[in-house]
Amino acid sequence: MNAENNGRGAEPLLQVENISLSFGGLKALDSVSLEVRKGEVLGIIGPNGAGKTSMLNVINGVYHPQEGRILFEGKDRTTMRPHEVAASGVARTFQNVGLFKAMTTLDNLLAGRNLFMKKNILLQAIYFGPAQREEIRQREKVEEIIDFLEIQNLRRLPVGALPYGLQKRVELGRALAQEPKLLLLDEPMAGMNMEEKQDMCRFIIDTNEQLGTTIALIEHDMAVVMDICDRIIVLDHGAKIAEGSPDEVRNNPEVIRAYLGDE
Amino acid sequence: MESNILQNGNVTFPVLMLENARRYGEKKIAYREKDLGIWQSYSWQVSLEQSRDLANGLASLGFKRGDKMVVVGDNRPQLYWGMMAAQCLGGVPVPLYQDSIEREMEYVVKHADARFALVEDQEQADKLLNIKENCKDLEYIIYGDPRGLRNYDQPYLFSYEKVQEMGRKFAQENPNYFQEEIDKGSEEDLAIICYTSGTTGQPKGVMLTHRNFIETSTKFSDYEGLNANDSVIAYLPMAWVGDFFLSYGLALTSGITVSCPEGSATVLSNIREIGPTYFFAPPRIWENLLTSVMIRMEDASWIKRKLFHYFMGLASRMQRGGYSSSLLKALDAAMYQLGRIVVYGPLKDSMGLSKIRIAITAGEAIGPEIFAFFRSLGINLKQLYGSTEASVFVSQQTNDDIRDDTCGPPMPWVDLKISEDGEVLFKSPGVFKGYYKNEQATKDTLIDGWVHTGDAGFIDPDGHLKIIDRIQDVSTLTTGTMFAPKYIENKLKFSPFIKEAVTVGMDRPYVTAMINIDLDAVGNWSERRNLNHTSYTDLAQKPEIYDLIGEEVRRVNQNLAEDEQLKGAQINKFLILHKELDPDDEEITRTRKVRRGFIGEKYADLINAMYSDKSHVEVKAQVTFEDGRKSTINADLQIRSME
Repeated sequence: MNAENNGRGAEPLLQVENISLSFGGLKALDSVSLEVRKGEVLGIIGPNGAGKTSMLNVINGVYHPQEGRILFEGKDRTTMRPHEVAASGVARTFQNVGLFKAMTTLDNLLAGRNLFMKKNILLQAIYFGPAQREEIRQREKVEEIIDFLEIQNLRRLPVGALPYGLQKRVELGRALAQEPKLLLLDEPMAGMNMEEKQDMCRFIIDTNEQLGTTIALIEHDMAVVMDICDRIIVLDHGAKIAEGSPDEVRNNPEVIRAYLGDE
Repeated sequence: MESNILQNGNVTFPVLMLENARRYGEKKIAYREKDLGIWQSYSWQVSLEQSRDLANGLASLGFKRGDKMVVVGDNRPQLYWGMMAAQCLGGVPVPLYQDSIEREMEYVVKHADARFALVEDQEQADKLLNIKENCKDLEYIIYGDPRGLRNYDQPYLFSYEKVQEMGRKFAQENPNYFQEEIDKGSEEDLAIICYTSGTTGQPKGVMLTHRNFIETSTKFSDYEGLNANDSVIAYLPMAWVGDFFLSYGLALTSGITVSCPEGSATVLSNIREIGPTYFFAPPRIWENLLTSVMIRMEDASWIKRKLFHYFMGLASRMQRGGYSSSLLKALDAAMYQLGRIVVYGPLKDSMGLSKIRIAITAGEAIGPEIFAFFRSLGINLKQLYGSTEASVFVSQQTNDDIRDDTCGPPMPWVDLKISEDGEVLFKSPGVFKGYYKNEQATKDTLIDGWVHTGDAGFIDPDGHLKIIDRIQDVSTLTTGTMFAPKYIENKLKFSPFIKEAVTVGMDRPYVTAMINIDLDAVGNWSERRNLNHTSYTDLAQKPEIYDLIGEEVRRVNQNLAEDEQLKGAQINKFLILHKELDPDDEEITRTRKVRRGFIGEKYADLINAMYSDKSHVEVKAQVTFEDGRKSTINADLQIRSME
């Protein structure tokens, strides 16, 4: 599926301009520019240590770049902190599942609705009046996500006891609970078996097509990336070495060299 | 159901639908469905409107009397309404097993000449879209859940809502069409074609009329005292005749409320939320319920465990009866009352069975321990022998005469006899019209109004029917001993550790068995003993597991030894298979019946090895992944001798 072909992804949602990020003497990102276009699924790939996760962390405000700037919906937000980024409509999942393991699936998803809960903590604690009505509203939204991800049977189970593939799915649900404009997925298929990967692919495509969420994902499984991404950006040693449709990237000699090494 | 309607003649399901909508209207719930975590209720009036709009929509697409519509998906009110819509127009719904693979669906869709398909969601729609090219009669596919189907632009693919919208427009132009079509219906019209997955050959389409079902359901309701206050849960496959009877027939004739669970994974918790009063399940479900209780009890605190075992022992003592002194009996009776508060009540509640009035087990023989467990809890569990060709009912145990090894006396409206070769024959108002487009099979089965079931059985002195095996499977060993494979397999399967078993012995010197372990139960057992395993294949070949299963086989052999006729048919050798028997691989049917002939060929090497002096056998097996890729696994199977 090509972004140009189906008319999606014309307008940029997120622009990253000449970002550089160093940890002491180590340059993780070296003057990288990229844009995520509205409605697309963008894949960010590259060998180990290429700077992929650093890039997500910069976008999501965990790291602040030494140089360059970030525009989200045209507004500069280079120095925003993670919770401000979340409030502006960017959600993410993590490489090693970031859930509250002792809490149930339902509670984890409700936690994802935190941004939308405006009533004060006292009212929430006694579950009274407006706070009660608010929680019911949030629960409705959460139920839609449970239905969307087909995890009805997990509602009351603590997520720590779930198989890894399902934890990943719950984590995606928690991110979706934020109703993000941009969803960042850090290796959503890592450690999954074939069947779990297929399920996850379907949920990512459904999220993009039905909820209209723009997605940027990091992934190692090339078959998956080539399958579900509209556009791909390749990083190597902190620099962008290629960009384009799956076919273009697949045949790019720079990319082949980065992955397979020089002859 | 009031008798006056039935006496008017020509009662069809659509007529009952109109009657229920008139009588109950908005006041009574016909169907419930759990959606977005909340039980949604649909009254009889809503059900009527839903079916009517869909029927009109189908009419606008050119649905004609006698057209077939395949229906496939999990139990959903929409699909039941769809069956009703087809019947209103004089059409015939043909439900399919929702887990069928494309090839199986293609066979039925073609054989039934289906012009319409109603499917639950994208998963099923994809299967039908893939086979559409090969099914020349199939014209339209209608789906319930639009999820994932937004970008599909096939001109013959419609959403349920879209068809209903077309229906409302159609009704404006043809306001009387719907009623006129219902009036044209006759009780001798086909109400449904149920394809039974035979253990040999291709499935056969059993044609059942409105009268078959309405008479059976009405008689059954009177017999058991079911009424509009009763409630059932619709979780059995829609393609099984039992579900059509339970979730459709009984709802229409008796007004019971039908609740559809959220999904197959939530059935057990949904049962608990609903608390059905009438519950119909194959032995496998009862086994699962018992296994889940046992696993939970093993993990419970010691005091709970002690209480549980004490009171379950008490209950089974009471169940068996035969006290030597009346004082002991009175003492146990008093303790039983305490047990109701402490153990039986909470246990029934946790399984969702606290409101049960009648519980049925059907489809297969049930293990005596499992049967006794539920009986002793005070659940009125009864065994039923039925068949698709009978509109379900042939015989059933009565409330006051329960045994663990019979199927009870014939239903009051059924004539039953045993043929000279020991085959069970019956005659009833529920007897089917024939197999669709298969006159030969009809002629072989339906002779002078008697249905030849193919089951070997006998009627005991008290008039109870006992089933032994499929008549074609009963044979002899070379030693001359009678060999009834299913009889022995059932005894094996009564063990919680054995999920499936296939025995071999026809024209052989002794009996051997191939066994599937139950991954949940055996996995739990081995975890407790710190036995790690990576996969089914790995677990199955552990010597400890062979010891465990060997014990179960020994128990079955002891049991067989008590029977004069069968003591020569004890299991001599067994092995544990490297994979689970799977309907996708055609080893068992969708209703989990063993396809003996196919297995005999596929596993010929294993079987021959058990009749040699080998102690293990190599096996190469091809595994097919969901996406069609294949790979081979090698395993070395041990053969365990019982001597």
